[in-house]
Amino acid sequence: MAASETSKETILRYAFGNVLSFFILVLIGVLAFSIRLFSVIKYESVIHEFDPYFNYRVTQYLTKNGIYDFWNWFDDRTWYPLGRVIGGTVYPGLTLTAGTIWWLLSSLNIPLSVETVCVFTAPIFSAFASWATYLLTKEVKGAGAGLMAAALLAMVPSYISRSVAGSYDNEAVAIFALIFTFYLYIKTLNTGSLFYATLNAIAYFYMVCSWGGYTFIINLIPMHVLLCIVTGRYSSRLYIAYAPLVVLGTLLASLVPVVGFNAVMTSEHFASFLVFIIIHVVALVYYIKGILSPKMFKVAVTFVVSIGVVVCGAVLAVLIALVASSPTKGWSGRSLSLLDPTYASKYIPIIASVSEHQPPTWPSYFMDINVLAFLVPAGIIACFSPLSDASSFVILYIVTSVYFSGVMVRLMLVLAPAACIMSGIALSAAFDVFTRSIKFQLPGATENSERDAGETSSNSVVAQNDVAKTEKNEDAVKERPSKKNRKKEKEKENVEKPSVKSQIKKKLLILPLEASIIAIFLLVLLGAFYVVHCVWAAAEAYSAPSIVLTSHSHDGLHVFDDFREAYAWLSHNTEVDDKVASWWDYGYQTTAMANRTVIVDNNTWNNTHIATVGTAMSSPEKAAWEIFNSLDVKYVLVVFGGLVGYPSDDINKFLWMVRIGGGVFPHIKEPDYLRDGQYRIDSQATPTMLNCLMYKLSYYRFVETDGKAFDRVRRTEIGKKYFKLTHFEEVFTTHHWMVRIYKLKPPKNRIRGRAKKSKSKASSTTGTKRIGTKKKNPWH
Amino acid sequence: MAKSTSKDAQALFHSLRSAYASTPTNLKIIDLYVGFAVFTALIQVVYMAVVGSFPFNSFLSGLLSCIGTAVLAVCLRIQVNKENKEFKDLAPERAFADFVLCNLVLHLVIMNFLG
Repeated sequence: MAASETSKETILRYAFGNVLSFFILVLIGVLAFSIRLFSVIKYESVIHEFDPYFNYRVTQYLTKNGIYDFWNWFDDRTWYPLGRVIGGTVYPGLTLTAGTIWWLLSSLNIPLSVETVCVFTAPIFSAFASWATYLLTKEVKGAGAGLMAAALLAMVPSYISRSVAGSYDNEAVAIFALIFTFYLYIKTLNTGSLFYATLNAIAYFYMVCSWGGYTFIINLIPMHVLLCIVTGRYSSRLYIAYAPLVVLGTLLASLVPVVGFNAVMTSEHFASFLVFIIIHVVALVYYIKGILSPKMFKVAVTFVVSIGVVVCGAVLAVLIALVASSPTKGWSGRSLSLLDPTYASKYIPIIASVSEHQPPTWPSYFMDINVLAFLVPAGIIACFSPLSDASSFVILYIVTSVYFSGVMVRLMLVLAPAACIMSGIALSAAFDVFTRSIKFQLPGATENSERDAGETSSNSVVAQNDVAKTEKNEDAVKERPSKKNRKKEKEKENVEKPSVKSQIKKKLLILPLEASIIAIFLLVLLGAFYVVHCVWAAAEAYSAPSIVLTSHSHDGLHVFDDFREAYAWLSHNTEVDDKVASWWDYGYQTTAMANRTVIVDNNTWNNTHIATVGTAMSSPEKAAWEIFNSLDVKYVLVVFGGLVGYPSDDINKFLWMVRIGGGVFPHIKEPDYLRDGQYRIDSQATPTMLNCLMYKLSYYRFVETDGKAFDRVRRTEIGKKYFKLTHFEEVFTTHHWMVRIYKLKPPKNRIRGRAKKSKSKASSTTGTKRIGTKKKNPWH
Repeated sequence: MAKSTSKDAQALFHSLRSAYASTPTNLKIIDLYVGFAVFTALIQVVYMAVVGSFPFNSFLSGLLSCIGTAVLAVCLRIQVNKENKEFKDLAPERAFADFVLCNLVLHLVIMNFLG
């Protein structure tokens, strides 16, 4: 009778705990969603930045034309005259996800625009990601740590920076897929169920669909398997978790067009095959060890091991031969720059030119993961007591991701979930210890009852009348058995035994009352700081859409909406088939917002093409005109921040244009643009610099704005203030001069200009009455 | 030396055989299935080496089909093996259902990939 009531009470307690954690999880999801809405509230519901515009355009195409047209889509509005096969070169996960959501909503008669769906995809998936974090951490260290980690992940700034509303990029769904794949791997590892292994492979497929970062998974999991084998933790669960994943995962990955045969042909995936072979050898060894007597096994070892070594050696030789035969040793540039951080800057300027491919600075760690950076070491220690397969995986995850984040600032995003999991474990363990010691030191009755509860629960006789003490005991009982269970999975039904053990263990871990109260207070304070920082980061630092800019000054808020102004002008005032040349950063936006054909865009798949545009920008006017004319370009678009102080404009990016252009066309030399190794645009600048197209298009008529031509980004007066253009004509400049659009003059004008030049310099060419057009033009 | 090695080998062979003889029949059937799958995979590799790997997706799907079947069968064998204490509370029916599901997914993917 008493026993049944006790079990009923435990069930009730479990149910209460489950309901509570369910509600906490719902709230965490709401938090993760709503903290990312600052961008919509402060600005508006728009797609952000550069790549999201491309994804948005692809999604529009998908929803308009259907999935089959999407796979076969040859986009002729970009990379003119080459075009781009979108279906085969894009990671389709994000697009398909948003397309499915849109289709689902519209079939439910909820009329949302595609743009709205795209804007809110990232916040929705960050809620999913925090739930996946809960599941993963729960598998590693129990529900308490899981909730903590989920709450931390919901607002980690690093992840917020990539998933605010409107940031419609691959990473938005990929981080969820990454964490969920890891969760399913750990789940398979803990249960040894083939069902979860199948799910794991499907989650991996979703990850491959979503992001090139899937190679991280397919290298990390083999590393973990290898670690387990080397440290003697091989189990048949490990085999079930790994072997089906490799086979199914490889097949599924090759289904994605952008990966295709790369899934078996490139070195990024070879590690998994090698470990696949190793695990089979090891499995065979363990099997034979199981069926033979120890004595015979010793004899067998010599045979099996020698055969295994020979097989491995042969496979290794084949692999090395394969790898050595390919020119880049089978590794793609981006992956190589991961292993050798100096690789990209040495060999591939186009990779090095992207700021998110640079190594991060120390402050960015503090900015992006904040207090988690200090909690991670504690989490690692907590993972070592006790070390299980799952916790060793998490340790490996954090170690590798720390390395990768140190190489490329963009991969901070991969570090963030690991840091959250570790910090969640650390905080949960700390709270566990402190609350327990407080509980023991509270009024004597509690201590006695505590001991009673420990003993009675083992004897299955509990004092029913004392409700208070059972409540106090609650979370200890709730936590402990689940952890113990995980440690020893063979004895699952043993709930009572561990609680006795934990009771003994508890007494060893008692801290003074005052110390633990202060410690809890400090930890809560730390968490509060973290929350404050995250909200600040979400509201101020990371929610700017970068196509609409704002600045606060003494006379209030200024909004710079120049980009959309320029793109709208293009779409209204130019022919549908006109080609627009700009630096590749603005390619996606031009095709998506202005619907005009561009020469290069952010896909950067053809270095020569980009180098051609870079060369044109760094050439003198005439040479540039010839290059652009040969590409059928009608309009040239430059971004200029000198008037309003917008720092990421084309003049600041100009050295990369020179470098990339010079990498293919050697007549462009970087030293020509530098005065004593310094990049400057004032009167000390080199003549090559002052005469190149980018300088002229940026600073044309700039002196008219304030009479001095003071550049607010470079904080200097420009070198050459008065000049006129012979081969280009200004057709549009936005309100704050941030985007300037020029038209290529037709050839006959050029001939007339030349004829005039020979007669008199003073005669005006176009009838403009600009101040200082009479100044000497170097091209005349 | 050589003689003792061969003697050892013989003893090993004998003990292996006797140990294997005691495995239940259903496991032996699975072993046969695994062996057949691996054998088919080997044939395909040899064929690829002789004839060439032109429809590479066909070769890949054929090979991975065999390897996948073998791997899944090994997983099933691990799970239904009575000597494996880890899977004592896993019913063989459940294990078989998982096996069928996983195979279904595998072969759906392969049919898709076959081209």
